[in-house]
Amino acid sequence: MRSAARSRRTAGASLAVVAAMGGLVACSSTSGGGDGAGTTSAGQTAGGGTYTIWDPYPQYDKTSEWVKLLEKCGTGAGVKVERTGYDTSDLTNKALLAAQQGNSPDVLIVDNPVVSTLAEAGVLTTTEENKLDVSAIAPNLLAAGQSGGKTYGVPIGANTLALYYNKDVLKAAGVDIASVKDWASLTAALEKVKAKGKKGITFSAIGTEEGSFQFLPWFWGSGASLTKLDSPEGVSAVTLWSDWLKKGYAPNSVIGNTQTTSWQEFATGDYAFAENGTWQLANAKKAGFPYGIIPIPGKTGGTAPAPTGGEFVSIPVQADTGRYATSQKLVTCLTSTDNSLTTTTTLSYVAPTEAVQAKQVAATPDLKVWVDAVKAAKGRTSDDLGTKYPKISEPMWGAVQAVLSGSKSPQEAMTAAQTAAAQ
Amino acid sequence: MSDTIRTAAPARAARARSGRVRSSGARSGQWAAWAFLAPVVLYLLLFYAYPLFRNVELSLRTYTVRSFVQGGAPFAGFGNYAKVFGDATFGPALWHTVVFTLVSLVFQFGIGLALALFFVRHFPLSATLRALFLVPWLLPLIVSASTWSWMLNSDSGVVNAALSWLGLGPVNWLTSPDWALWSVIIANIWIGVPFNLVVLYSGLQAIPAVVYEAAALDGANGRQRFWRITFPLLRPVSAITLLLGLVYTLKVFDIIWIMTKGGPSGASTTFATWSYRLGFGNLVPSFGPGAAVGNLLIVMALAFGLVYIRVQRRQALA
Repeated sequence: MRSAARSRRTAGASLAVVAAMGGLVACSSTSGGGDGAGTTSAGQTAGGGTYTIWDPYPQYDKTSEWVKLLEKCGTGAGVKVERTGYDTSDLTNKALLAAQQGNSPDVLIVDNPVVSTLAEAGVLTTTEENKLDVSAIAPNLLAAGQSGGKTYGVPIGANTLALYYNKDVLKAAGVDIASVKDWASLTAALEKVKAKGKKGITFSAIGTEEGSFQFLPWFWGSGASLTKLDSPEGVSAVTLWSDWLKKGYAPNSVIGNTQTTSWQEFATGDYAFAENGTWQLANAKKAGFPYGIIPIPGKTGGTAPAPTGGEFVSIPVQADTGRYATSQKLVTCLTSTDNSLTTTTTLSYVAPTEAVQAKQVAATPDLKVWVDAVKAAKGRTSDDLGTKYPKISEPMWGAVQAVLSGSKSPQEAMTAAQTAAAQ
Repeated sequence: MSDTIRTAAPARAARARSGRVRSSGARSGQWAAWAFLAPVVLYLLLFYAYPLFRNVELSLRTYTVRSFVQGGAPFAGFGNYAKVFGDATFGPALWHTVVFTLVSLVFQFGIGLALALFFVRHFPLSATLRALFLVPWLLPLIVSASTWSWMLNSDSGVVNAALSWLGLGPVNWLTSPDWALWSVIIANIWIGVPFNLVVLYSGLQAIPAVVYEAAALDGANGRQRFWRITFPLLRPVSAITLLLGLVYTLKVFDIIWIMTKGGPSGASTTFATWSYRLGFGNLVPSFGPGAAVGNLLIVMALAFGLVYIRVQRRQALA
């Protein structure tokens, strides 16, 4: 009898648990219904409340200049800013999922090649809708965020690739950096360095987007176009890299190198050249040897167009369109000519407008080579490639890997890549 | 809604069955039983059935980024599967998955068994040594995989340094298409040995010493004792070790991704890395084919699970 009573009591308790769980399920199914009706802060009107910002800079915490800048902009617009930093590779999927659930952030800062993907998904508003002013932005930088004649955001700043060189190694090998003007003279310099027992050049040819990013200056520098990977020019770019590997001017490890591991190789002081980006400047100063920077040379001279890196500030679609006005104030605060210098200095980027670029060079003459490189740079999704670019990039990095690892000839690999990209 | 229907049906059946038991407390006992069961059932539905269902659904529709966000992806039937089967990556990836799994299993089991036999003879410091062998298992995979990729680096790796010291030429462990798959297999074997060692060691301890004594009295030598006693008596433990190992190995992703990213140019791509690459490794994700490859992996693991259950049942009958 007593046991029956106890079992009834426990039954009651566990039923309560079940009911509680059932309640949870019910909650999650209404808020995550994916019908786009639920919004983050429905009921809050523009000109007050909390505005969410997502960025790919998890390295900056609450005490950093960047977050302070965001808060200052929030105060200026009369709202509270709630900022979350995500890992870059994570942010695309996070943004897509949030849009699916109807709770996109008010301001989204994403890597520039992702903009066309998100625009394609209908996640971002155009500048016509959100009234952002992009007239001062350099057209070559803005192009990465444009498709079908519409603009989906403002570049917050730009970075790109150039060649770092080790002055000591070049001096020992008797190479004058002024003589390095095209592929032939660069290869000749590498030969001299190798003859002195030092290592030539390091870069990243890893089988991810990073590999394509690093290959593009040589690909574009040859005169090739992304719509035709197997052109003679395109093949000559892969051949250049594979010849460097064959002759031992570049280490075999480039096939698996990320830009970070490639930099670590350069930082050993054994290498004459390294292809890397603006973001390594601070590390270069710590490397402990004198270094210099030149733009990546084109095949027959001049500066090769390098791909632009850096993020776009965008305003995702909201159910409550009244929020755009405040979001627009926040974005303008980050990107207007007056504030851009602060933003780009904080994030160590090259500014997207000529006026601010001039101010940056005046303040830090070292940046001149980077400003020139950014002026010559080109967005990966530019030329109206948009979401076609990823479908070209993947076969391209695959082809580079196939050639460097010796499993295909340059012509074979690029022909196969073009076939895959055209599908 | 559908959940209540699904849980209500067996409840009704159970009540019908309980009708035969004429005790007055039976009804409330049944309620209590179902109340206890409900959290588990809910848990299974929420965290197993629903994700599985979503994954199958994902693989049967043509998702673009647009339809992923806005909804309304058209039903594609087995279109994604046909695309995956027809892909140039399919053949090599299947072959790599099979080689990776089989070679890893054979060596993990072989080395694990040898070590278990070694440690089952108690000798001074054997417990300490055995504990040391567990280290690969305790390390986070990101640490062990990064260490392996550093050791196997073509230019600055310690393995090539040792080879050159022995007068052998350097091997491009991670960057040559001939070696990349073998490098990740070696790392995976190293990681999997402790698991086999632990399970087989406890299996060995369950074999009564009396049997060995009897065999020794009958004049069986070491080899005969292993093949006639240890091996047959260890069979049930071996079977479950191999099955678990198979399921773990089929879906190994992190080691390969950290060490080679499935490269160079697909030379170490398995179904697991391919599925990830399709779903997340590109700026424009292809969710449908990615889910399809993932489901193929589940089907493979399931098939071997069924084989195991069959074998076990036959053993139980015999």
